[in-house]
Amino acid sequence: MLVFVIYKIILVLVVFAISLGVAAYSTYAERKVAAFMQDRVGPDRAGPFGLLQPLADGLKMFMKEEIIPTVSNKFLFILGPSLAMLTALMAGVIIPWGGNITMGNTSFPLQITDINIGILYVFGVVSFGVYGIMIGGWASNNKYSLLGALRASSQMISYEIAMGLAIVALVMTTGTLSLGEIVAQQSGTWFNFVYQPLGCLIFIICAFAETNRAPFDLPECETELVGGYHTEYSSMKLGFYLFAEYINMFISSAIIVSLYFGGYNLPFQNLITQYIDGNVLSILQFLCFFTKVLMGIFFFMWVRWTIPRFRYDQLMNLGWKILIPLAIFNILATGVMMYALGKV
Amino acid sequence: MQLTNRKKVVVKKEMSLAEKLYLPAITNGMVITLKHFFKKSATVKYPEVKRELSGTYRGQHVLKRDEQGAERCTACGLCAVACPAEAITMEAGERKKGEENLYREEKYAVIYEINMLRCIFCGLCEEACPKEAIFLTDRIVPTDLKRDEFIYGKDKLVEDIKQPVDVTKRQTQNVLDFKKDKTKGHNQTWADKQKLLSDKKHH
Repeated sequence: MLVFVIYKIILVLVVFAISLGVAAYSTYAERKVAAFMQDRVGPDRAGPFGLLQPLADGLKMFMKEEIIPTVSNKFLFILGPSLAMLTALMAGVIIPWGGNITMGNTSFPLQITDINIGILYVFGVVSFGVYGIMIGGWASNNKYSLLGALRASSQMISYEIAMGLAIVALVMTTGTLSLGEIVAQQSGTWFNFVYQPLGCLIFIICAFAETNRAPFDLPECETELVGGYHTEYSSMKLGFYLFAEYINMFISSAIIVSLYFGGYNLPFQNLITQYIDGNVLSILQFLCFFTKVLMGIFFFMWVRWTIPRFRYDQLMNLGWKILIPLAIFNILATGVMMYALGKV
Repeated sequence: MQLTNRKKVVVKKEMSLAEKLYLPAITNGMVITLKHFFKKSATVKYPEVKRELSGTYRGQHVLKRDEQGAERCTACGLCAVACPAEAITMEAGERKKGEENLYREEKYAVIYEINMLRCIFCGLCEEACPKEAIFLTDRIVPTDLKRDEFIYGKDKLVEDIKQPVDVTKRQTQNVLDFKKDKTKGHNQTWADKQKLLSDKKHH
């Protein structure tokens, strides 16, 4: 029992540290990717290749004066960024980071908890994320913040529907809601995006909208809303919002990889499983998963520096008139295919 | 008239299915950004790498010395008059005995100041100077934190005796000939003009 508790605590701490570390270096990576795509050099002053830039940014955030507007609701003003950060980190709990590690005769799965309704849990946490933004925008008592928060909440609520419907089709083919099992099913066979190309596309588009990333970054567009829901925020509270966005990006790309791109499974894994030790395989799987997730994050940035922002009505059109009908069509097509192939 | 062959006529028409899907267009765009990702960057890391400046770049001024190392400036004030930004001020003084190796002529500038924040680096001071004393160089005026640090006195403007500043690219033979050409109005003193007028009357 003690071993179990210690192992879980270590795993939680490691996942926490990895999430924060990846988010910190995502800020650096984002600036570098942006620079390379615009034929620039990017940050290179802090440390070799500018690798200490995230530390400098973090230090700057902490040193900045903390301003809480007098007209704001102080409790909610502080609650907003805390909620955003909390929900961003909570979704990391159910992600399977690799296979089992065996020590002695006990095996430790590299997943904090494999709840059998994993996908529903993700949805619960993601929809909770909108509260952080909404409360922050509302408590600021600033019309730009409020507009940004309204945009963010309407956008997230609209795209959650299409996202959920895209997953329904996936759940139909896999027959389970547990993330661990969905990943395990993909081992040694085709990954799910082959069976669900349309669902995968819809899910990725919705993930962009859920994380408020370009081309769906209307909630924080500087040109129209000064900064959106975090206009009034300063110091590390602003840092929390920005940081939560990057953690969200990391987690959502981890979920995309788990659901559609085989999770921790190596491509052609069944060809090598009998030759290598289980623990080595688990470490390889973890590295493979991490590579896939980093590629996902790169994809997020790549899209951001390519596609211009949507107009608000275009955003709503895409969400309600295109993605939702497409997702419903996807469910129908999946059902018909499964019936035709005799899988039900 | 057509200047380039990049002209595209914009026609408003119904979009085809591929265009309506947007996905092909997005893919094209992403291929373009990916190509740029691997391109050599167009910028340079400035303080370490410096772009080559033109030989006639108009940067920080220098007050030249002559071959013996004496200051050429005689504080005539023509540069200050020519300056459109009114960045130059000076105070003249008389050369004392024993200072012949310091100042070329009997009159010299005791104070000579250029406000680098006012200066527009047009080069008119250089054009106005009859003594070949002031030149603009390819050195860039460094940044500073206080406004009064930008008022450059003689300590920063007069060239170091041991390290003369090379201005041959700005002071070419053409420039010298042009400056000495007495038939051009800009080089004529009042006496020259009188002489030209009287010559004309004789003819």
